Formats: sequence, C-alpha cells, structure tokens
Amino acid sequence: MDELRPIKLEVGILDKADGSAYIEHGKNKILAAVYGPREAHPKHIALADRAVVRCRYHMAPFSVDERKSPAPSRRELELSKMIRESLEPSIMSEYFPRSTIDLFIEVLQADAGTRCAGITAASLALADAGIPMRELVAACAAGKIEGKVALDLSDIEDKQGDADLPVAFMPKSNVISLLQMDGSFTEEEFRQALEMGTNACRKIYDMQREALRQKYHVVRDETEKEEIAEVKA
Amino acid sequence: MFLHDFVQKFELEWLTVYADRKQLVGPGELLAEGPYFAGENTYREGSKIFSSRVGMADVVGNKLVVVPVKGAYIPRIDDIVIGRVTDIGMSGWQVDISAPYPAMLPGSETPMQRGRDVGRRDLGRTYGVGDLMIAQVIAFDRTRDPLLTTKGRGLGKVTSGRVARITPAKIPRIIGKSGSMITMLKKETGTDIIPGQNGVILVTGRNPDQERIAVEAIYMIEREAHTSGLTDRVKAMILDRMKGKTVG
Repeated sequence: MDELRPIKLEVGILDKADGSAYIEHGKNKILAAVYGPREAHPKHIALADRAVVRCRYHMAPFSVDERKSPAPSRRELELSKMIRESLEPSIMSEYFPRSTIDLFIEVLQADAGTRCAGITAASLALADAGIPMRELVAACAAGKIEGKVALDLSDIEDKQGDADLPVAFMPKSNVISLLQMDGSFTEEEFRQALEMGTNACRKIYDMQREALRQKYHVVRDETEKEEIAEVKA
Repeated sequence: MFLHDFVQKFELEWLTVYADRKQLVGPGELLAEGPYFAGENTYREGSKIFSSRVGMADVVGNKLVVVPVKGAYIPRIDDIVIGRVTDIGMSGWQVDISAPYPAMLPGSETPMQRGRDVGRRDLGRTYGVGDLMIAQVIAFDRTRDPLLTTKGRGLGKVTSGRVARITPAKIPRIIGKSGSMITMLKKETGTDIIPGQNGVILVTGRNPDQERIAVEAIYMIEREAHTSGLTDRVKAMILDRMKGKTVG
C-alpha cells in the first residue's frame, strides 16, 4: 500500500535550455526546462529587488487517452501557479533583481501525479541551470482507495479512489511547500497519508541528488578509463 | 549523497567540516558547522553552512566556497566582456553581453576624439547592429543595467576571428592556474585568445584551421573542466589535430 511507482530521472537533457530535467514516474513522462535568469520581457513585470519566477505547466495533446486541446485549460493555469508557489520558497531570487526565471513543464504522457512529478523534475532543472537554491524540492501524492490510505496512485486507482493528497516537501528544512487535498480523509487517515507522502518525498529527494551526481561523475569516469588505456598501451 | 560517500570530518576542536575538498555538492548540501564564513554560493542557517548550487566545495582559509559548474553571468566592475550590439540609441549602443541585463555603451565611452554631439547615423558608423566588441564593465549595481567602456588597451570592435560561447563559470578553467591553460592553447594552436568574463571567447588565428582547433579545445575544456590531467589531454588533442595542417 505504500509502494512508490518506479522513478527514472535524467538531468541536462535539453542543451539549449539553461537547465533541464526529464522524469519518468510510473507511466508519467515529463520534461522540465528552465530559462534564466534572463532579461524581463515585458519590462514592467520586473521586480526591483528580486527575480520574477514564471511557470507554465502544460499537457501535450497526446499525453492522455482523449486528445487534450493544446490551449491552456483552467486546470493547467491553476497548476502552473501552484507549482510556481511550491518551488519559489527554495529559489534565492534575491540574487537576480529585475530579471525573470522561466520554468516550463511539459507533460508528454500522463498517469496521475503529474503535478508532483513535474515539481520533482522542475527542481532538478533549476539546479541544473545553476540557479541558487536553498535546497531541492521533491513531490509525491498519497491517497485513499477502497477505504485504505495508499501512496502514489496511478490514474485508474485515482479515478476509483476516495481521496488524493499531493505533497511537495523540502526534507532538509522540513518544510511542506505544496499540500492539496481532493476527496475526504478522517483526521487519522490524513495524518497517515501526509506521513506516507513526506517519507516518499525523502526517497525521491535522494534520487534527485543521485541524478545530479550522475551527470557530472559520468564524464570523469570515462576520461579516467581513457587514461588507464593509454598507459597500458 | 555526495557527502556520505566521502565523509571526511575534520574536527578541529568544535569546528566541523563535512564536505571533502573538491567534492561535488548540490543545493541544500551541508558543508560545515561552526564559525566558518559562508563564501560564494553557500549560505548560513544558524551554525550550519549549506551549498546553494551544484559545484565543487572548497575551503579557503576559514571560508567555505562552492565553485559552480554552471550559471548565468552576473557582471562585475572591471570585467572584460565580449558583446554584440543589439540596438543603436540616441547617445550610445545597447549591447548583449549574455547576462540577464542588457548593457549600454555610451558614445562618450568610446575613443572618439570629436567634441561635438553625435547623432544616430554617426554612431552607426562606429558600431552597427550585430557588431562584436571587446569592452569593460565600468558600472553595475542592483538598481541599474551594466555600463560599458571601450576606452582602454585592447578594447574596441572585433574585426576578425571566431567566437566560442561557454558557461561563464568555466572561464577560470580556460585560463588555468597562473594562465597555464590559456598559454598552452595559444602556443599550440598559434592563435590569440581573449576570454571574456561573460563566457564569450574570441579566437584569432592566421588561418581558419587553427581557429577551429582552438575552439574545439575550448569546448573540450568546458565539458571536462572538473577532471584532472586536463591540460595534458587538451594539448595532446591539439597536437593530433594540428598534424598535417598548415601552421601558417
């Protein structure tokens, strides 16, 4: 009941973007890209003392069974705002006044939990871009199905489920930056679900850090092997 | 994570450093505890110092710093930068220096001997839109965009050569300790190399082959900046490419 779906993370997958990451969380496939800090366009949105963080969460028309219209839906607009608010506490935007940091989350395949997977990938993309952050943000959803509290529901499970609780969590600071609830929990169930969610976030946080390390250590290993080969020859 | 693999705690009385020197760290990584100074790309929370970016942790005296692997160029006064003109204004030019802020080169900061006011057409004769220049940052703060000058030795319009763009964080690696890397690059490729602090590097050689090889070497350094023995490997790559090419 508290099993996390398989997760795969890759950092720096888009070389044109300042920072990027790709996540596969269960059947979810999501790309996150960061451009910034860069000049604020239009100028009047710029803030005098810090960077403006903008976020666009979008689902590709082919990401779901029934074609989703490419136009931003109310749900996407709301999620864009919520994702931005879940990442902003970690971004040290005071370092770049009068600029913008643009965050793009594109869902290529959706299977419930896209906002959480999107946050996980976006946080990595921000780190990849070299934007100063207090720490990474990891996210996961807990829920209730057939009266029992469970972790990380898939789309079918979520549709049959009684409740959904997405959580974004910063383990080092012990801060929850996103907490949403659909459906109903008793107080006890809520506490269980929240704990399940935050513990899952801790595991995901470790995976994020490992993904960052992978990107930089791989090159080192390859070059060391070359050196050894040369010496032997 | 990175820390726990190589944890090497230096306990000096009650001061504790957790990060190994030259160790890859990420945002939120605990570097040390105690009365150290929180240097570049780190921050302090209570008695603990954390990294704020992905990079190599290092200790300089009693200051903890993180040398980032990637990041935007934030101008500093006296930086030499290579920029591209994007617009001509009434009294100067707007210059793209690959920073989050557009830079401005006022007409008064170019070595024009004329005392009269210059109109837009005259400015266009010195630099047109798209022209490259080597300039120096003379002013920049949190409230206004960077100001440039081209009055100075070696500054001014770029008329020949090739440009490489790398992340500004790697410019020190291109230069090397006491200029060791850049001196080697210039000598082995026979080119003149001017690295801008904004990550833009101008390479001028007597023939395009030399320039191309130097640019290839620069991108190789950017990719493998965090590895050891890099200077020798880059030199070997250059010598290999230079075989059979006219040295001019």
